[in-house]
Amino acid sequence: MTAFARVPARADVIIVGGGFMGAATAFFLRTHGLSVILLERDLVGQAASGTNFGNVRRQGRYLPQLPLSNRSREIWGRLPELIGEDAEFLPAGHILVTTSEEDGARLEQYARDCKPWGLDLTMMTGDQARAMFPMVGPDIRAVSYSPHDGHANPRLAAPAFGRAARRAGARVVEQAEVVSIDRNSEDFTVETADGNRYHAPLLQISSGAWGRAMAATFEEDVPMAPQGPQMGVTEPLPYRIHPVIGSASSVTEEGVYLRQVKRGNIVFGGGRRSTADLATKRARLDPMNTLRQMPYLARLVPAMARLRVIRTWSGVEGYVQDSLPIMGPSDRIPGLFYAFGFCGHGFQLGPGVGATMAELIATGRTDIPLDPFHVSRFQRTVPTHTAP
Amino acid sequence: MAESLIVVGAGPAGTRAAERLVQAGLRPVVIDENERQGGQIYRRQPENFNRPPEKLYGTEAARARALHADFEALRPHIDYRPGTTVWGVAEEGLLAVRGSTVTTLPFSAIIIASGATDRIMPLPGWTIPGVYSLGASQIALKAQACTIGGAPVFMGTGPLLYLVAWQYMRAGVKPAAVLDTSSLATRLRGLRGMMSRARVVANGVHYMADLARAGVPLHAGITPLRVEGREDGVTGVAWQDARGRLRRTACDAVGTGYGLRAETQLADLLKCMFAFDPRFTQWRPQVDPDGRTSQPDVYLAGDGVLLRGADAAEAAGRLAACALLQDRRIAVAPDEIVGLRKSLSTLDRFAGGLAKAFPWPAHLAAALPDDTVVCRCENVTAGDIRHAATALDSPEINRAKALMRPGMGRCQGRMCGLAAAEVLAAARGVPVDKVGRIRSAAPLKPLPLDCRIAP
Repeated sequence: MTAFARVPARADVIIVGGGFMGAATAFFLRTHGLSVILLERDLVGQAASGTNFGNVRRQGRYLPQLPLSNRSREIWGRLPELIGEDAEFLPAGHILVTTSEEDGARLEQYARDCKPWGLDLTMMTGDQARAMFPMVGPDIRAVSYSPHDGHANPRLAAPAFGRAARRAGARVVEQAEVVSIDRNSEDFTVETADGNRYHAPLLQISSGAWGRAMAATFEEDVPMAPQGPQMGVTEPLPYRIHPVIGSASSVTEEGVYLRQVKRGNIVFGGGRRSTADLATKRARLDPMNTLRQMPYLARLVPAMARLRVIRTWSGVEGYVQDSLPIMGPSDRIPGLFYAFGFCGHGFQLGPGVGATMAELIATGRTDIPLDPFHVSRFQRTVPTHTAP
Repeated sequence: MAESLIVVGAGPAGTRAAERLVQAGLRPVVIDENERQGGQIYRRQPENFNRPPEKLYGTEAARARALHADFEALRPHIDYRPGTTVWGVAEEGLLAVRGSTVTTLPFSAIIIASGATDRIMPLPGWTIPGVYSLGASQIALKAQACTIGGAPVFMGTGPLLYLVAWQYMRAGVKPAAVLDTSSLATRLRGLRGMMSRARVVANGVHYMADLARAGVPLHAGITPLRVEGREDGVTGVAWQDARGRLRRTACDAVGTGYGLRAETQLADLLKCMFAFDPRFTQWRPQVDPDGRTSQPDVYLAGDGVLLRGADAAEAAGRLAACALLQDRRIAVAPDEIVGLRKSLSTLDRFAGGLAKAFPWPAHLAAALPDDTVVCRCENVTAGDIRHAATALDSPEINRAKALMRPGMGRCQGRMCGLAAAEVLAAARGVPVDKVGRIRSAAPLKPLPLDCRIAP
């Protein structure tokens, strides 16, 4: 063996994709005692994980997703003890607001329906809400308040999980683009662009918007397309807006949301999304969309109209046709797992997805219902590996 | 022909570019962030001020007068938009804002002459009220007939240091000192390139001699230590002289700058290719000798791409317009292009000499104490950036920005970006070009949230 021969690396699990899902899964796999290699094409948490709005929101979610979301919320509250930092998580509440009676009725219905799923919401009139959150605009007539939701800093969360995973013994390899994945009778062999090879009997694909192409190599196609959220942030001012404020409108342009970070800036997003390019890894921020957001932001919080925007950005997110993620085991390949395509609502779920996928991979089961997210929902052909 | 041409900037480069397009029978839109044409060096005073050009521009009065007069003659032939800031690029065109009114300006070609700002090196105490950039010190004087203080220290490096100090002295404010990080020996190294323009060197020597004669202390090869003062203002500057002795100069204001940095954000939004320019130790868009970028129909001229000064900007503006015309098959006399290129190459040698004579003191960034604020907007210290470099393992500046916020505030890294990159590079032990540059994003300047699109 020559000195420069590449030493193959082996572990119990290889995770392809170091976004929030991959980094959190790597961390929790270590708590189960499994060895992990996490392969990240760029830097941990740089794509959708690092560019999203930072919502730690449960209300409004697809109801069968609430057990996963509740589990995640519980972990968010324990981040300092788990990973040594809080990623600026502020459980300061989340309000969905509306100016229309129809949307108000929908909020009421949801507040009733989500109760059995373990989520308690408080419905308020506009005036009740303004008494509690005086910044809310006069046009708002119905508000759904989720007191234990909140927000966190997306730029910090996934990298923090990546570092914690590394400290816990995971091998986190950045700037390692996966060029091929092969499977023989026992192992997956993953090759990266620098020529390194990694081997493991178990593999998780958590490569976000790029997950579709990865899954396709295992003949599991998912109807999914990349899009970019349209984000912006204002100059800082004293910290007064505690809850996340989101519009409950079903009209795309009206669906804006905002949160104030403790140091004072107001982060906002919503409305139309832009196209994103998987090849260049860039999602367009269309500044016209920033202009479109302005009047609707002012409707939520009129005082915002007196501020200035200092920065805008976007990021590549993967949107599945039915707006639900791909999560759970492969339908075709034993030892293969998926956690990608979180359709712009994955940030809150990150820690819960990590814990649940790690549990599933390490023990073969989880109490969190994942059926609605199973990749098989898009497979028209009969699975070839029918049980005996 | 329904060509929609845009010139961004109305300093020497933008003015000459627009003039050349008009000479070809075209009618460009000229967007000027200032209320009056002139740019920075030839900035005009408000309409109701009446100091003569000789007083405002000194040895450059004739050039200033010509640039202003030529622009006034252009006015009927251009669509001039003063007080208007370009802040973004959309499918619909360039996005500009005046007050809260946004206009979308479709274009088939654009010449960007966005100029430069001071290059800033942070220093302990530099956020105390009373510390200004050299450019701001000059704007106060030129535009508003104000000074930054009664006994200012001018500290940093570059020819502007002496020009501003001299202008202040002429305005009746004697500087407390002029402190230059470049040593006399270093300056001599750049002299050969600078001698391509003996007149300008003579002017510089003349400024220094005047200052010295008036008893203004001029020190070379100094190391800035800190700005001293309280909440209510600057009281002095602590520095080390060339022999390493600790010195202190009492003053009530500080003007500082270390050469210039090109304003390249619009070229970045237009997806022009960038390269690191070791001469000026900063990233800039790549251009051919005439100002063509990597993007078709996007041209650059003046200090916004290459820091060669106002005279070069006039030639480069005209040349970029010629390039645009040629690319549209509008005839341009070959002599014109050859002549412009030739004068630019002289000015280019001079600029190279200047950069050598007054180098960017990158080592000062590496030596900044941990608690020194580097990014003022976000209150990010040198120690924070080092933390991003080491504990948080950020290999490049955008990652450091994401994790620790340098360059994330109102100025979007325009002021602190270069110094932050130096701090990061030093902490990583790599050359500064390896840590990249802060990506530009709309809005290029803070944008009011009550904007409306003009009907």
